[in-house]
Amino acid sequence: MGFYLAFGTVLLLLAITAPLALLFGFGGAIAARSHVLPLSWFGKGYIAIVRGVPDIAFFLFFVIALDQGIEWLRHKVKCPDWDQPIRQGSDFLVCDIAKMPLGTSPQWIHEIYGFTLAVVTFAIVFGAFAANVLHGAMTAVPRAQIETAEAYGMTRRQAFWRITVPQMWTYALPGLSNLWMVLIKATPLLFLLGVEDIVYWARELGGSKTAKFTEYPHGDWRMWYFLALLVFYLAFTKVSEVVLARISARLSHGQATIGGEAQRKAA
Amino acid sequence: MSCIETIGAYAFRSLGYGERLLPRSDFTLCEHFTLIGSGMIWNIYFGTLAVLSGFFFANLLAVAKNSPSALWRKPAEWFIFVFRGSPLFIQFFFAYFLFLELKGISPILDAFSSAWLGALVVLFLNTSAYSAEIFYGALRSIPKGDIEAADAYGLSGWHRFRRIMWPTMMRLAWPSYTNEAIFLFHATTLVFFSGFPAWRQKGDALYYANYFADKTFNPFIPYPILAFYFILLTLLIIGLFGLVNKRLNRHIPQERRTKMRLRPNLIR
Repeated sequence: MGFYLAFGTVLLLLAITAPLALLFGFGGAIAARSHVLPLSWFGKGYIAIVRGVPDIAFFLFFVIALDQGIEWLRHKVKCPDWDQPIRQGSDFLVCDIAKMPLGTSPQWIHEIYGFTLAVVTFAIVFGAFAANVLHGAMTAVPRAQIETAEAYGMTRRQAFWRITVPQMWTYALPGLSNLWMVLIKATPLLFLLGVEDIVYWARELGGSKTAKFTEYPHGDWRMWYFLALLVFYLAFTKVSEVVLARISARLSHGQATIGGEAQRKAA
Repeated sequence: MSCIETIGAYAFRSLGYGERLLPRSDFTLCEHFTLIGSGMIWNIYFGTLAVLSGFFFANLLAVAKNSPSALWRKPAEWFIFVFRGSPLFIQFFFAYFLFLELKGISPILDAFSSAWLGALVVLFLNTSAYSAEIFYGALRSIPKGDIEAADAYGLSGWHRFRRIMWPTMMRLAWPSYTNEAIFLFHATTLVFFSGFPAWRQKGDALYYANYFADKTFNPFIPYPILAFYFILLTLLIIGLFGLVNKRLNRHIPQERRTKMRLRPNLIR
């Protein structure tokens, strides 16, 4: 049962992470374009750092770093008169009421918390990639379009929201769909973040090493479970390809691009 | 233990030489650097061999995918789709358990279930598929005029491919291929996290970085060190591939040369 639920976990992660990463990306891209210098540095730095560091290390790093960061903040707020150092040798010690989640809370809170950390980690990493794509797309909108908007007396802000943002999607879509494919293929890494996802269950259910579990009276079936996962991901990729091709056709409708021009001629 | 002694004890730990026990407490920065650096040997081993062997197979696949005969084209298309469409992580898992099953059949297949060969095979197949797609794209974008000129000179078949098409294909594909290579080296970190056991704690760089992070519960030291090593490695790859790129482009006028752009992908 857990195995089937885990497919839901993966889909849920994708459903939450994709918009969140897009939001992070949009924020990052706007920050990078900003005329306020520190904000622009922040945006560019965010894109550059996350994209420059090896992938999986980031996932392993971020979960612990976020967890410790949150606990440290809560520790500072809730127990200001704690005098012992937080790092004692190889332990990370905060006062009891600053623990995240609380030691007394039920199991499902722990699971939700772990899942949330995973979502945030994914969103931060993929947000940087999305920021890069969106930043490129914003600059790809033809200059003449903005100039026309200015000629109509629109302010910078108006021109951005009314002209650039609606038009940039067609330029951003190839990059974003690529990112979506990468995101799908990154989901098995959830397993490394300690979430009980499909990889976890495939190992658990397929394995025969624990003889006491007599409910699984079969040999080592992990190979078949992973074959099933392989097929699942292949099918998912294929479906995504088809859907994205449709969205792409929809978006290039009426655009001054080769794709839009071809549609106009065909009609 | 002084730093020199630490280097002596752990520099080749990932290959099984030197001190057998990993440090257990009072970790020094020197131990971090030495052990993680020692793990890099495996990353370089996997990456280099997979890139070198994958290169030839990728060429074959790209030509097969471009073939007019469905007998060649279909298998190549499927191979590329399967390996590009599924996560490398799952491929590792699947391959590992597949090799475990095969282990019983013949003693020759024993080596496949250990990382040095089994993971290498997976990486080889995976990078072949990704590179083949890059090469195929380049093959499709060879200027028509080049082929027509080759026909006019009476070149055909193997000669036309070897003398005209292949160099152009390489030239067009090279910047993307560089990214693919960088990306493959990054992907080698997945090996010991996906079933393949690190026998006697002989692991790669991420394995040791993770070991330190687990023991000290402090991610802020080992992972930046790992990142540092990988950035060095990436720069080295860019340098080496840049030399090849220069040679491939040597007949092109200076201002029209294709610039190399660093654009590593994230996860495969």
